[in-house]
Amino acid sequence: MPEEPEISVEVYRQRSRRSLLTGGAAVVAGLFGWRWVQTQPETNNIPSVLRSGHELNESLWSRLFREDHQARTFDREAASILRVNGRLGLKSEIDLDNWQLTVKGPDGTELGRHELDDIKRLPYHEMTIEHKCIEGWAQITNWGGARFSDFMALYENQLPDNISHVYLETPDGRYYVSVDIQTMRHKQTLLAYDNLGEPIDELHGAPLRLATPLKYGIKQLKRIGEIQFLTEVGGDFWGERGYDWYAGL
Amino acid sequence: MTVHTSTEAGQPATQKAVLKHRRGSRWMHWINFPLIVIMVWSGLRIYWAEDVYAFGILDWEWFKFFPESFYESLDLNRRLARGLAFHFNFAWLFTINGLAFVIYTWRTGEWRELAPNRRSLRGSLDVLLHDLRIRKEEPPKRGRYNEAQRLTYSLVILLGALAILSGFAIFKPTQVFPLTWILGGYTSARVIHFTVTIAFMLFFVIHVLQVARAGWRNFTSMVTGYELVDIEPDDIEPDDPAGSAEPPEPTEESVYA
Repeated sequence: MPEEPEISVEVYRQRSRRSLLTGGAAVVAGLFGWRWVQTQPETNNIPSVLRSGHELNESLWSRLFREDHQARTFDREAASILRVNGRLGLKSEIDLDNWQLTVKGPDGTELGRHELDDIKRLPYHEMTIEHKCIEGWAQITNWGGARFSDFMALYENQLPDNISHVYLETPDGRYYVSVDIQTMRHKQTLLAYDNLGEPIDELHGAPLRLATPLKYGIKQLKRIGEIQFLTEVGGDFWGERGYDWYAGL
Repeated sequence: MTVHTSTEAGQPATQKAVLKHRRGSRWMHWINFPLIVIMVWSGLRIYWAEDVYAFGILDWEWFKFFPESFYESLDLNRRLARGLAFHFNFAWLFTINGLAFVIYTWRTGEWRELAPNRRSLRGSLDVLLHDLRIRKEEPPKRGRYNEAQRLTYSLVILLGALAILSGFAIFKPTQVFPLTWILGGYTSARVIHFTVTIAFMLFFVIHVLQVARAGWRNFTSMVTGYELVDIEPDDIEPDDPAGSAEPPEPTEESVYA
């Protein structure tokens, strides 16, 4: 219905009644909508519709993802040791001298085992980046290690073409993440063993951890025990507890 | 002027209804309200996880955002995952509604009623002095709004834009890096985002108070679109010139009407 600039009082009264009814109906519809969101069955600890929203966001942002978009880097002087925020997967004893990294294919078969020296033989890269925690804090730190893409190249012949995610878990299996292959292949995604030029200490993930400024800290698994290449998304500790699986920055 | 409308009794009408808010503006205004509430509420659940902002000088802290009782009373504790889920999903609805409002306001020419000009700052001061009852005479309206309204409503639209831009700068700092850079980096964009929220809250409080002060007719115009106005006696062209009323004395209101 067109809206004239001026109407008489009688027409106004009719319209007001209609507007108030429409408004009332909209309020009721809104409240029902809100209730509907809140009472949805949950998928991994959040209402399904919000989980779908996370996935929609993921498909948009992974499409917009560009390999040449680098996270900002900083001067080495700005870097400091990160605050310790997560001890999940680090609570058991570890014998750093006998540590080994197990690599598995999509079907679970073991493809190889590595000592830290194997990783150290790969080209060394260093980066000073801003580490971002999903809780909201950010801190500049410095990581050194091998690019994951160089590490993955060791297995290229043994892997199918459709690898979509990489699953990583701590030796005790208590903490685990899966990260999309785009991010894992990015230049700033490292298997890090140095922190500010020194070997990474235990609480920051010795002997080897994932370090990437393209994901929140929850994805940067400390003390890697196993890496598995996957053709679909795998388990993720915090993803299963209500957080976004993608968690990309 | 449509002054020949008559009431059922055959008397000349003393009131008419003037279109104040178009249908599109009304819908988007009211849709925006719950969206902002959801954004602030979920945003506070996120902020709870790292609530470091405070007002103060050097070591002296005047006010910390927020006291523990604030979180407890609003059930904001330990709801980070849900906060993020609501925030990152409803942000899109807030963005779409905001963009639609800006495009609509532009296409319909409604922006002319909102745009401030050079004199708006001075005019806003006059309105402020009048509203605080320091000055008696009421400052004039320019079109639908007075200068303070024009300035405030324009600023709050910019505030919305800044909320969205700083939000995306935090959400995807690497993928939208130029945006994050313009806002001074990730940490700075976060401070901006938080400050914008506080500004929104202040706007909300003042807006509600002013609407309450402006009265029921003004409020319902945001629902019905029309505002009832009294027809000034000198606007009425009498059907019978012989019975014409005496021209009224100019009152203070009619000078600015």
